[in-house]
Amino acid sequence: MRVTVRLFARLRDIAGSAELARDVPSGATVKTVWRDLAGEFPGLAEYERSISTALNEDYARMDAEVQEGDEVAFLPPVSGG
Amino acid sequence: MTVQLSGLGPAPLALDALVAAVSDEQHARGRDGAVVTFLGLVRNHNQGRRVHYLEYEAYAPLAIKAFDRIREEVAERWPSAIVAVHHRVGRLDIGDASVAIATASPHRADAFAACRYVIERVKQIAPIWKREYFEGGDVWIEGATADPDDAKARAEAERVACA
Repeated sequence: MRVTVRLFARLRDIAGSAELARDVPSGATVKTVWRDLAGEFPGLAEYERSISTALNEDYARMDAEVQEGDEVAFLPPVSGG
Repeated sequence: MTVQLSGLGPAPLALDALVAAVSDEQHARGRDGAVVTFLGLVRNHNQGRRVHYLEYEAYAPLAIKAFDRIREEVAERWPSAIVAVHHRVGRLDIGDASVAIATASPHRADAFAACRYVIERVKQIAPIWKREYFEGGDVWIEGATADPDDAKARAEAERVACA
């Protein structure tokens, strides 16, 4: 199934793209999507412990299951204000 | 014109609009005696670097939800307080306002505390990032790992707000 991946700030720079479409197996979680992506863009791996994740525009945990058409977002540590 | 209580966009921030937004509610209730405001500005220096300008980016729909959540947290902790919070995105020059907050409540203590709480929580959980362009380079600033359910972070924001 296909999901949309959104990347922000330095994660976007590392991957060279703000939005990607990726195929993941049925039963995949947010973590599956992240691990695949980190395999594709090794620079992302160091962020595994510090990122936040969102599923369909809501904060979500790494173990949340993804569905066809979902939007999965990976957020580096924030610096608003 | 109705001003949203949670806002995000590239337009310059107008504190008077936020004051009007919380004051409208205040007048409707007629019981508030205080409005407190906060403006966050772009500094010309950071960590020993001379800053030229900043670029802010946000995950807009989630940022608005984070602002809504923060306003709900305020309503739980200071039930009489009303909050408006707006953040700017895009290129901001030195002295520009990046974030504006207005809080209203019957008494000043709650309005001050709620205002401080909001900026602390914005820094903790709003999906917003600043890229600093300084003399000699540029860098993404990375602060807190955003976790709205982190009770310790929330308690810390409340502690600072009530100090």
